[in-house]
Amino acid sequence: MAYFLQQLVNGIALGSIYGLIAIGYTMVYGIVGMINFAHGDIFMVGTFIALIAFLLIMSLGLTLVPLALVLVLIMAMVLTAVWGWTVERIAYRPLRESFRLAPLITAIGMSIILQNFIQVAQGARVKPLQPVITGGYQIFDEGGFAVNLSNIQILIVVTTVALMGVFWLIITRTALGRAQRACEQDRLMAALSGVNVDRTISLTFVMGAALAAVAGLLYLLYYGVIDFFIGFVAGIKAFTAAVLGGIGSLPGAMLGGLIIGLIETFWSAYFTIEYKDVAAFSMLAVVLIFFPSGLLGRPEVEKV
Amino acid sequence: MAEPVKSFSHRLQAALLDALLAAYVAFALFCLTLGFKTVDSVGGLTLRSRPVLLGAMVGAVFVGRLLLNWFVWQTDRPLTEPFAKLFTREPFARRDVFVLGAVALLSMLAAAVPSPAARLIAGGMLAFLTVGAVRRAILHFFPNLPYARIFTIAGIAFAVLFPITAYLLDKAFHLRLPLRYLLDLSIVVLTYAMLGSGLNIVVGLAGLLDLGYVAFYAVGAYSFAILAMDFGWSFWMCLPLAGVLAALWGCTVGLPVLRLRGDYLAIVTLAFAEIVRIVLLNWTNVTNGPNGISGIPRPTFFGLPFGASGETFSTFFGLRYDPLHAIIFLYYVIFLLVIVTNVVTLRLRRLPIGRAWEAMREDEIACRSLGINTTVTKLTAFATGAMFGGFAGAFFATRQGFISPESFTFIESATILAIVVLGGLGSQLGVALAAIVMIGGFEALRHTQGLKAIFGPDFDPALYRMLLFGIAMVAIMVWRPRGIISSRTPSIMLGRGAPATLAKERRT
Repeated sequence: MAYFLQQLVNGIALGSIYGLIAIGYTMVYGIVGMINFAHGDIFMVGTFIALIAFLLIMSLGLTLVPLALVLVLIMAMVLTAVWGWTVERIAYRPLRESFRLAPLITAIGMSIILQNFIQVAQGARVKPLQPVITGGYQIFDEGGFAVNLSNIQILIVVTTVALMGVFWLIITRTALGRAQRACEQDRLMAALSGVNVDRTISLTFVMGAALAAVAGLLYLLYYGVIDFFIGFVAGIKAFTAAVLGGIGSLPGAMLGGLIIGLIETFWSAYFTIEYKDVAAFSMLAVVLIFFPSGLLGRPEVEKV
Repeated sequence: MAEPVKSFSHRLQAALLDALLAAYVAFALFCLTLGFKTVDSVGGLTLRSRPVLLGAMVGAVFVGRLLLNWFVWQTDRPLTEPFAKLFTREPFARRDVFVLGAVALLSMLAAAVPSPAARLIAGGMLAFLTVGAVRRAILHFFPNLPYARIFTIAGIAFAVLFPITAYLLDKAFHLRLPLRYLLDLSIVVLTYAMLGSGLNIVVGLAGLLDLGYVAFYAVGAYSFAILAMDFGWSFWMCLPLAGVLAALWGCTVGLPVLRLRGDYLAIVTLAFAEIVRIVLLNWTNVTNGPNGISGIPRPTFFGLPFGASGETFSTFFGLRYDPLHAIIFLYYVIFLLVIVTNVVTLRLRRLPIGRAWEAMREDEIACRSLGINTTVTKLTAFATGAMFGGFAGAFFATRQGFISPESFTFIESATILAIVVLGGLGSQLGVALAAIVMIGGFEALRHTQGLKAIFGPDFDPALYRMLLFGIAMVAIMVWRPRGIISSRTPSIMLGRGAPATLAKERRT
């Protein structure tokens, strides 16, 4: 029971990170109808920016950790958002009216570029960071096996919930969110009614990248080890989460992220850790085959 | 692009503003990622700042963008126009001839400068101009020749004659050609051409986006290795079996996932390929895990091994032993496989099943309403592509003599897909060309000394290879979305104004 609870806590923390990345996939897919294959690598770039920003702020002599983390968060969100914007501008916008495979190919190309750029600029070795946030609470004790809820896990869940709230408000209550939903339904009609489609799509990428940067910072704080290749697997799992929850749906992405995080954690805990990715990927196949529209998504209607 | 601005000061202002904005963006992109490098030190990671590199990068973006704005984008007469005209049939204006002539003259002057960097740039420029001029001249004087056919025949003839001729000439005149290297490179290029041709059936003809093609390659390679080593069967027996097993795997994967459309299919195939790789990595008692399988037997010439001792190929034919014999043999094996793949594809395209593939690519719903069973159609495309992938895998295993899961990562799938798409979806000639350009070009890059001269002696081209690969992928796609050879027209289509023959065959 205690073991189960502990895995539940770990799974929720991991799932929140996947959920944050998944939002980027789901928003872009909803509006542009393409898999932003480079999004996982945007997340990876976000972890590196967060790492460097953190080291920079520390070396400048700021020792108050919460303030430093807030600064790092802002820097990482802004700078990663610029990366997201640039990727869209260079690789996707010129091909928006092209055939469907074209932007997917450039997305794969961008993913290769980002990975190798970071490898060239920062080196191929893993980058360790000492634990920044330590401590936690013992919430449950059962015959010597204690269930620990660490501060970083609390931070992850709280940040994720807060950001979800903010983005939910942006999507449902602001003019930008209305424009995004309009573009999602019909891009041509949205343009005819005065929505600046290019700007809306750009901002969608910016929002997705900013959330990926938050996920990157949390990942960095949680695991403490990053390298230039983490974006690939994290990206596929986050995409799985987005599909599982129903692509295009914001709460769906979060729900999917949690489910994927839990599956992965429980699989590692009760079966074999080597095959945890197989579990997540099989889940993707099973979901797509049996519930193609996901848990909270609308079924896609084929029109002739 | 914005409307061209007419007045000089307006143009300058617009160009400067745009370049400044680009420089700001570049600064935001690179200030942390390039401006600082994380260094391992005693107390954990520390930072080392690299202001010069950052400045150079931002400056390069500013200057490059300014020049592009001034000469290409915000002007009525872009400087690139003469170069673009070289590859069309538009008539030249006097200015075009002047610009091209000036560039040619400057390149020739630069070629005389004793610096490898200048020579590399000048040589590239001259080659580009020559190719353009020759192409244009041929098109001008012989506009109606069947170029694709001539090109294909010439290419095949060259590929057949090249190893033997080069080998004999080398032996006869002691030329000391780097034959071993050239043949190895050609074998790699042909392997990718084979993989590209196989994937072309799935993606180019049937329109099913498969991001996990490397799984079939892996299944072929591992089936071959296990069959050849544990059962001791010969190459020519294992090769078809490896293909059949890969095709079976294609059916197994295909049956559940082929209901999905477009991007979903792409991501599921990618997931399956990752599953295959993880299983290969962890199923130690069959695949030997991350250590891979080594000592895979080499192919034999109808039972005659290539070796230095015993009854071998060289003793049977009374030749002196030369390790190159085995490589030339391998070259012809893969060449034969590529030809078989392409001939089969060409024939399939004329069968009802091939027509159904192309119809399905163009419109799946219309296809279904005409009574075509799309599930079977998709499955055959998937299985056929997988079979050729399996052949290529078997060849890869026997050539390397060693396979491990390392060789079957996603980047392989991406490379093969890039070859298919950059060659022009559905174009078989395009796939061959793209394989040569992508694989051959990047291999050549590894050995070019000129790049070292441009970027300094510390420049290691191997490190930047994948970065350049990605940049090329994006650039070619943005520049020519339809690929190098842009033929996506169906093999059969309605002829314009031809009532007697409703359907007109296109020879491709």
